[in-house]
Amino acid sequence: MVAVQETVERVRRIDVDQYRYGFETQIESDKAPKGLSEDTVRFISAKKNEPAWMLEWRLEAYRRWLTMTEPTWARVDYPKIDYQDIYYYAAPKPKKTLSSIDEIDPEILKTYEKLGIPLREVAILEGVEPPPGGPQTPNRKIAVDAVFDSVSVATTFQKELKAAGVIFMPISEAIREHPELVQKYLGTVVPTSDNYFATLNSAVFSDGSFVYVPPGVRCPMELSTYFRINERNTGQFERTLIIADKGSYISYLEGCTAPQRDENQLHAAVVELVTLDDAEIKYSTVQNWYPGNSEGKGGIYNFVTKRGDCRGKNSKISWTQVETGSAITWKYPSCILRGDNSSGEFYSIVISNGFQQVDSGTKMIHLGKNTSSRIISKGIAAGKSQNTYRGLVSAHRKATGARNYTACDSLLIGDKCGAHTVPYVEAKNSSATFEHEATTSKISEDVLFYCLQRGLSEQQAIGLVVNGFAKDVLQKLPMEFAVEAQKLISISLEGSVG
Amino acid sequence: MTLLEIQDLNVGVDSREIIRGLDLMVNAGEVHAIMGPNGSGKSTLSHVIAGKPGYEVTGGHILFRGEDLLEMEPNERAAKGVFLAFQYPVEIPGVTTMNFLRTALNAQRKARGRGELSTPEFLKKVREVAGSLNITRDMLKRGVNVGFSGGEKKRNEVLQMALFEPSLCILDEIDSGLDIDALRIVASGINGLRSPERAMIVITHYQRLLHYIVPDYVHVMSKGRVVKSGSKELALELEACGYAQFETAA
Ligand SMILES: Nc1ncnc2c1ncn2[C@@H]1O[C@H](COP(=O)(O)OP(=O)(O)O)[C@@H](O)[C@H]1O
Ligand SMILES: [Mg+2]
Repeated sequence: MVAVQETVERVRRIDVDQYRYGFETQIESDKAPKGLSEDTVRFISAKKNEPAWMLEWRLEAYRRWLTMTEPTWARVDYPKIDYQDIYYYAAPKPKKTLSSIDEIDPEILKTYEKLGIPLREVAILEGVEPPPGGPQTPNRKIAVDAVFDSVSVATTFQKELKAAGVIFMPISEAIREHPELVQKYLGTVVPTSDNYFATLNSAVFSDGSFVYVPPGVRCPMELSTYFRINERNTGQFERTLIIADKGSYISYLEGCTAPQRDENQLHAAVVELVTLDDAEIKYSTVQNWYPGNSEGKGGIYNFVTKRGDCRGKNSKISWTQVETGSAITWKYPSCILRGDNSSGEFYSIVISNGFQQVDSGTKMIHLGKNTSSRIISKGIAAGKSQNTYRGLVSAHRKATGARNYTACDSLLIGDKCGAHTVPYVEAKNSSATFEHEATTSKISEDVLFYCLQRGLSEQQAIGLVVNGFAKDVLQKLPMEFAVEAQKLISISLEGSVG
Repeated sequence: MTLLEIQDLNVGVDSREIIRGLDLMVNAGEVHAIMGPNGSGKSTLSHVIAGKPGYEVTGGHILFRGEDLLEMEPNERAAKGVFLAFQYPVEIPGVTTMNFLRTALNAQRKARGRGELSTPEFLKKVREVAGSLNITRDMLKRGVNVGFSGGEKKRNEVLQMALFEPSLCILDEIDSGLDIDALRIVASGINGLRSPERAMIVITHYQRLLHYIVPDYVHVMSKGRVVKSGSKELALELEACGYAQFETAA
């Protein structure tokens, strides 16, 4: 095809390496010795002033991990990771104990400013048109927890949240201040023995966010955590635990970036969500870890275990993800639909280009009666990337009336990339109704030319078409995130389409 | 002033010759009709002027205001004022017509060194033109051309032409698929854009359109060449006698 070839060539001429967040912040840091051992685990636990039960929990995970092997079933290919060549803990060196946001190292604040993240107590987002008929009010507040390498550096809006009874704090603090809640829920959704990376995380996690929304409370603002890996050779192992008690509601946003580096960096996070009766958690992610350069050098290895447990009846968990970064992504935000009438959703946009490899999808495990789930996945593959959707929908013997709808659409840009769909379906209950639709298309030469004829640049045209392709999912994001995600989609395709 | 100058143009696709030694001169203020049987190369010519990839120009040149058009990217040509109303406009799902128009208009304004239009200015402009073309607000909210009828797609092309204020408008079979009422609306939209600074190339298979858009010149194309040029009376002659006489001549 002459035409397709031309697109590929024209698009290849567009500059590569446009990662916007690839700067490094010069700050002193406090690191654990390199490598992983029981001592490393003890070091981290001691740094965090953890109670004995927490250290025991970690050590048990560590010993378990030693017996496990790295999984190889995903469609990703990377050189062997040397787990002894990684720093498992790095904290920006505090000059003194911090009592307010103004005492944070200005260098760190500057970093977050560069990232466009509002750490200041007023997060008024301007220039954003509300969606037609949308519920958004202007001047909406977002509480932010910022995690820099291994520690949380700032959590905003603490007072307002406290007044509503919502606990939102770094998990390291929650372990000390709310041990009963942490002990009751930690590891109950993703057990320490769950999988290689989750077990590793259980042993060495350094920080992350903790949220508890009490019964009947609708969290007065969106909560947000921004993760940033800054130190060289450092892994980031954050752990997030969110509990929505009976009849409560919370919307949570997660964003991530990392500096541009030649070496690969490991990120192995665990996120656990629990909803009790009639509660709802909406969890949105914009993942923009450094993807590596145009030759495929560097980039984050992103091995993440995210799982929600709809423990109570009529509860709901909704995952929305926009994944544009990382060299390797291995990630399956899932829902265990345990409570009767509970429902799970997974809305995903995954963009891969350059040499990125993504294996991502979801698992919807129907255990309770009349449970329902919905999966909308939009995969966009460009460059020489590989983009796999891997999903499991299963209905337990007792899950009468389970329903699932799955739609997986893939869009290819150029002819050197690949999109793959691997759906697994297990219905042990004959009353289950599972629907699955999948499409794969190519960005059409005629559509591109039409846009160019109207004066759009190649980048604008591709950005516009891809945003249109992903619209169903973009609409599921909270407004601020949707705007950010739209820009991110265009930027990440500017880099190395073709 | 000469806007477009095509000399001895030769174009091939997959090493097959489609345009073979075509000449055409278009001055500002003129309306040229290009008529010819199916397959004579009319759409190919329009695509090559607009810069669609996939064609190989094997000879000749195209100058636009004296500049070499073939050296420019399609969006540069658009910014210079070349507009093509497509014979088959594409659909762009998920991108609202309004958003598309605004992104494109601002891109062109930027390339021409003008600032972006404010939202109220933009809306006012679009609604004005849309109204005159019987384009509803609902259509503007839908994905570009998604679920539009053939006639609606053509009206949407004319809407864009009016918004972008091009200096050379190429209309490729803008009349195909239009009933008589739609044809009147589209033609009056196009006639409203005629001006001393602007030239138009109206490509059509049928004389019918030329009752509504009266050309200054008519060219007959056959097998990749202009085989006859004349005044508007030539179109009538064609209507009476058909293309057969030219097929053999070519
Ligand atoms: N992309 C292409 N590949 C191969 N042949 C083509 C292509 N585009 C046009 N042609 C051929 O070129 C000739 C002219 O086509 P076209 O320009 O569409 O004619 P018209 O618009 O006058 O009907 C036809 O024979 C057509 O089949
Ligand atoms: Mg044609």
